[in-house]
Amino acid sequence: MTAPQTLFDKVWNAHIVRPQTAETPGVIYIDLHLIHEVTSPQAFTQLREKGLKVRRPDLTLATMDHSTPTTPRNELGIIPVLDPVAANQLNQLEKNCAEFGIPLFKLGSENQGIVHIIGPEQGLTQPGMTIVCGDSHTSTHGAFGALAFGIGTSEVAHVLATQCLIQNRPKTCAVRVDGTLRPGVTAKDIILGIIAKYGTGGGTGYVFEYMGSAIRALSMEERMTICNMSIEGGARAGMIAPDDTTINYIAGRPFAPQGEAWERAVAYWRTLPTDEGAVFDHEMTLNADELVPMITYGTNPGMGIPIDKPVPTFDDMPDAGSRQELDKALKYMELEPGKPLLGHKIDMVFIGSCTNGRISDLRQAANFLKGRKIADNVRVMVVPGSQRVRAQAEKEGLDKIFKEAGAEWREAGCSACLAMNDDKVPPGKYAVSTSNRNFVGRQGPGARTFLASPLTAAASAVTGKVTDPRTMLS
Amino acid sequence: MEPVKTFAGKAVALPIDNIDTDQVIPAKYLKVTDKSGLGEGLFSVWRYNEDGSPNPDFVLNRPECAGATILVAGRNFGSGSSREHAPWALQDYGFKAVIAPSFADIFRGNALKIGLLPIAVDEEVYHQLVSMCEEDPSTTITIDLPNQKIVLEGNQEIGFNIDPFAKHCLMEGVDQLGFLLKEKDNVLSFEAKNPSRINTLAPAANACIY
Repeated sequence: MTAPQTLFDKVWNAHIVRPQTAETPGVIYIDLHLIHEVTSPQAFTQLREKGLKVRRPDLTLATMDHSTPTTPRNELGIIPVLDPVAANQLNQLEKNCAEFGIPLFKLGSENQGIVHIIGPEQGLTQPGMTIVCGDSHTSTHGAFGALAFGIGTSEVAHVLATQCLIQNRPKTCAVRVDGTLRPGVTAKDIILGIIAKYGTGGGTGYVFEYMGSAIRALSMEERMTICNMSIEGGARAGMIAPDDTTINYIAGRPFAPQGEAWERAVAYWRTLPTDEGAVFDHEMTLNADELVPMITYGTNPGMGIPIDKPVPTFDDMPDAGSRQELDKALKYMELEPGKPLLGHKIDMVFIGSCTNGRISDLRQAANFLKGRKIADNVRVMVVPGSQRVRAQAEKEGLDKIFKEAGAEWREAGCSACLAMNDDKVPPGKYAVSTSNRNFVGRQGPGARTFLASPLTAAASAVTGKVTDPRTMLS
Repeated sequence: MEPVKTFAGKAVALPIDNIDTDQVIPAKYLKVTDKSGLGEGLFSVWRYNEDGSPNPDFVLNRPECAGATILVAGRNFGSGSSREHAPWALQDYGFKAVIAPSFADIFRGNALKIGLLPIAVDEEVYHQLVSMCEEDPSTTITIDLPNQKIVLEGNQEIGFNIDPFAKHCLMEGVDQLGFLLKEKDNVLSFEAKNPSRINTLAPAANACIY
């Protein structure tokens, strides 16, 4: 009888093309390769130079998301790309996909959107798969019990040419979140809580498996929010075992198996959860009962605090390195140690990104903003994660709620998460953002980011200051 | 790719922890379809003033640090994005190696693929290297890849670990893709035993097509 296996073990073992030996590396097969315009051009160039074809165009899908504008479409239904350098990069993706036979959801397509939003919504992301993309937030797809991780452009070329990757087996870390989320506390707060507790390097070398009652209770979109930010905790990937919630989400989606193939798929997926008695290399825990809305104050996603607590002081820091880091961060953010963040004036709110740009995130924000107006001093950008999310939101009238509140209703894309397009936080200005990174200059030169949940973002939009959403829930 | 064996270079220290890939190369430099302009964009927020002139206080801009090919940096170097533009930028600038107490996973893998050596040392050695570089900007370090050690002036030797396959490819000057291309038979055999459940070229009949 074989030893009990974790979800990760099962997925990894099922994809070994060539096992790792003392002399040679391991090779794993990739079930789904997602592509976008920024990290692919040099990979296609390499294929062209070597006279190689894409081995499996039928397991590859491209979208445009990082540098695309989100300015609402004009009367002709067109979203014009005004930046010539970005336009060139987008055109290059289109040329590459046409030349190599890869399906592409381009700007203007009703299926276009952020790469980690479209995979799941199209039913392409499925349990037990290996999924890669030239983007670190590929970890998002792990919410389905897939092994999903980001790769660099050289590896993009590897997968295009061979559908395989050279990989050393990572270690496993169980991340147990038990308890029940209280009103006003969301999945985003869970992952911000984990990263605040264990740091941005805490997961280096590990694949996380999130488990526990709080995780089981989450919807697929909430699970995606958590897995999305696994990389911010340093992890290679983050996985959640499939269950009925997962199966119900996938059923009927455009690329999901159908008929007998569906039955076989479901039967296989049910064998994937971690076996009783399986051993992990490491463990982390978080108590959902005690969790409150989180917010980051500094310049990496680990610099987070409960929203009702003060910014740390130098005495709170364990060593000289972190004291120096805190000093730099607070100077950049113009914040004082030991002072509360609540009530800090803000200039912008960004609701969107692969972390929190799905329909349930928009519903949560719209529900809060219904019948309310945003503060005069705030610019609020609501950027749906994909055109399908956008269409669904409009069907539900969410766009009207956002516009009536005074927020901007935009097209789909990565937008202000990394500000490769014109959606930037101006220098020195403060933004509450539902995205995943608060690095120096991430949302624009000199931009000051507070990462938070869509609820916290909506509440702060109304008051014009950092606000605990629990104080405004009816 | 040029084979990497043993080389000596001037070292410069950037003693900051958690240097993320947005600091290494901001997103605005990622719109290129080739690798142009990346060396100029390296650490641009720290290197340049708002008007584009070089910031004289930034260590890389000091004349005595010109020509450095080895970067000494803090914990968790390269955290954040998977952008390979980060090691490309370091390499384009002229760096051949980064020495740090630890590296983010994706950055480490990307660096190894392109021949930029990520060398992990323990905290004590890191602090020693920082002091050496700060006291003497002409400090030279020799990196011996075959024997997996760095050698300091005065012949102090410090061993380092490196993935054996990556090391082999770097020493031979071969691209890792070559190894994968030779796996064709194993791949075919895997595909025969594991038919895929999806087909991105054929969505369900009732779905919207692109």
